[in-house]
Amino acid sequence: MGFFLETLFGGLMAGMLYSLIALGFVLIFKASGVFNFAQGAMVLFAALAMARFSEWFPKLLGLDSKLLANLLAIIAAMLLMVVVAWVIERLVLGKLVNQEGVTLLMATLGIAYFLDGLGQTLFGNAIYKIDIGLPKDPMFLMESTFQGGILVSKEDLYAAAIAAVLVAALSLFFQKTATGRALRAVADDHQAAQSIGIPLSRIWVIVWSIAGFVALVAGIIWGSKLGVQFSLSLVALKALPVVILGGLTSVPGAILGGLIIGVGEKLSEVYIGPMFGGGIEIWFAYVLALMFLLVRPQGLFGEKIIDRV
Amino acid sequence: MLYRENGQFKTSYRADQQIFPIAQDRVVMALLLIFAVAVVPLVMPEYFFRAVLIPFLILSLAALGLNILVGYCGQISLGTGAFMAVGAYAAYNFQVRIEGMPLIVSLLMGGVCATVVGVLFGIPSLRIKGLYLAVATLAAQFFIDWAFLRIKWFTNDSSSGSVSVAGMNVLGLPIETPVQKYLFCLAFLIVFGLLAKNLVRGHIGREWMAIRDMDVAAAVIGIRPVYAKLSAFAVSSFIVGVAGALWGFVHLGSWEPAAFNIDRSFQLLFMVIIGGLGSIMGSFFGAAFIVVLPIVLDNLPYWFGIPIDTALAAHLTYMIFGALIVFFLIVEPHGLARLWSTAKEKLRLWPFPH
Repeated sequence: MGFFLETLFGGLMAGMLYSLIALGFVLIFKASGVFNFAQGAMVLFAALAMARFSEWFPKLLGLDSKLLANLLAIIAAMLLMVVVAWVIERLVLGKLVNQEGVTLLMATLGIAYFLDGLGQTLFGNAIYKIDIGLPKDPMFLMESTFQGGILVSKEDLYAAAIAAVLVAALSLFFQKTATGRALRAVADDHQAAQSIGIPLSRIWVIVWSIAGFVALVAGIIWGSKLGVQFSLSLVALKALPVVILGGLTSVPGAILGGLIIGVGEKLSEVYIGPMFGGGIEIWFAYVLALMFLLVRPQGLFGEKIIDRV
Repeated sequence: MLYRENGQFKTSYRADQQIFPIAQDRVVMALLLIFAVAVVPLVMPEYFFRAVLIPFLILSLAALGLNILVGYCGQISLGTGAFMAVGAYAAYNFQVRIEGMPLIVSLLMGGVCATVVGVLFGIPSLRIKGLYLAVATLAAQFFIDWAFLRIKWFTNDSSSGSVSVAGMNVLGLPIETPVQKYLFCLAFLIVFGLLAKNLVRGHIGREWMAIRDMDVAAAVIGIRPVYAKLSAFAVSSFIVGVAGALWGFVHLGSWEPAAFNIDRSFQLLFMVIIGGLGSIMGSFFGAAFIVVLPIVLDNLPYWFGIPIDTALAAHLTYMIFGALIVFFLIVEPHGLARLWSTAKEKLRLWPFPH
């Protein structure tokens, strides 16, 4: 039982991180109808920038406070992501307005490749560390209930807390601010939004910047856990089934989908995996999402698109 | 001046509908084929066959298959690498498990197995499309990669998933030297190229294109989406499967599942986009471009005497691929094939532009 709960908990934590990446997908899809394949590349790019900046700034400016260096690095990385968002809007999306979803998908694939190459050219391709001072030591819960207790990493708890705050902040932003309302208007109908004077291109820059910010947070959390390296952009491939499961346009769907996939993946690996020779983590999420698609194509909370043939 | 078609009258429907209606095109194609079959094997250095020509031939075959699915039927697929793997491993199994199995038959049986798997993973396309389908085909990619790595039966109990073939021959003719391999692949490419060209200009191809352009309208005029989509998946995966078998048997000789990983799928998709969506010719252009570009990028610094380390060259290749894809999608969505036909249009009028 203790082992089961531990696995469950590990799954929830991994799922939280999938959710964070999936959130970036959902934000962009909601506001521009673009299925952003480049989200993984953005996570890698942001994390690389952050890791390298936090290394360079202390040397450059002679800082000795780690907190200040990290803070500066985060701000600089964020600014960089805004620039990236602006460039993407200018050079790619602005020119592909009114194209089909598949064309846009392939364009983001191109962006993904470009960002992967650019990030590694600018920042190098070794494994970098991000240390924002999250405690690394493990912690035992419920020692009285189970023998040995349940092993939980404190870092994971902090990560979960950060993710929760982020989601809450984003929901508030979407619901309460004028910009948030404009974003939702654009999501509903590009043309109608444009005709009442919402500037489409600025909205897109904002959305991609927010997605960049989410990518940065996801990148920092993953990076401080496992180090920043190229494989980070592959983690994002895990986020695709998450969005499919949760529904492409739903923020709660991304969160719940991430948790389901995280837990399902860990539990199936531990309990079903040995029957198949292990390693089923690689495809479990996809097959789950695929089977779900056949039953309910719009996902858990997605909007139902009625499209009878 | 030479490329002028006045005076070439078509007096029958058959003459009007042939693949190359202009006499000059037919002559050029015939010369090109003769060149490829007879001259190339005599003059090219051995390295060139191994590094450029054989990969080009096999990847254009795979791109041809993918183009049928993505370019003609509009069903985006990110699982091409997996279908290639199915072709390769199935052909391998036929080869090692059945005594005296002819090479060509086992390659084609590899294609047949890929067809079955392709149709299976194509079934979701009946309910979902576009973005969702891309994820569904990714499921195929990950699942099949894993299956060949972990399920020992597929790889004839090899522990690492790597297998090898040797001593290939067709009707007693050995396929050992690069030239023989080249001619073998060329024969496949010519046959499948003709087959694909005829399929896409026949009624099946028109059904695919109708589904691609607007599925609801296609259904209204009496095209059954189920048949059109699944037949596109079947034909596409058959060709991709044969290409995969060739890639394993002829190009690599021994391979492991990583040879058909997700990067291969992306690479093939890029070939199709850059070469030209919905164009047979485009598949060849795209494959040529993507096979040659990394080699050029690797060698360019040496030619100019600027040393670049290999990691940087690899990253630059990534960036150039990415930029090119975006560039082509924006500026010329029909890819290199459209540039080619524009050039031909211009040539027809040259030197008088009107």
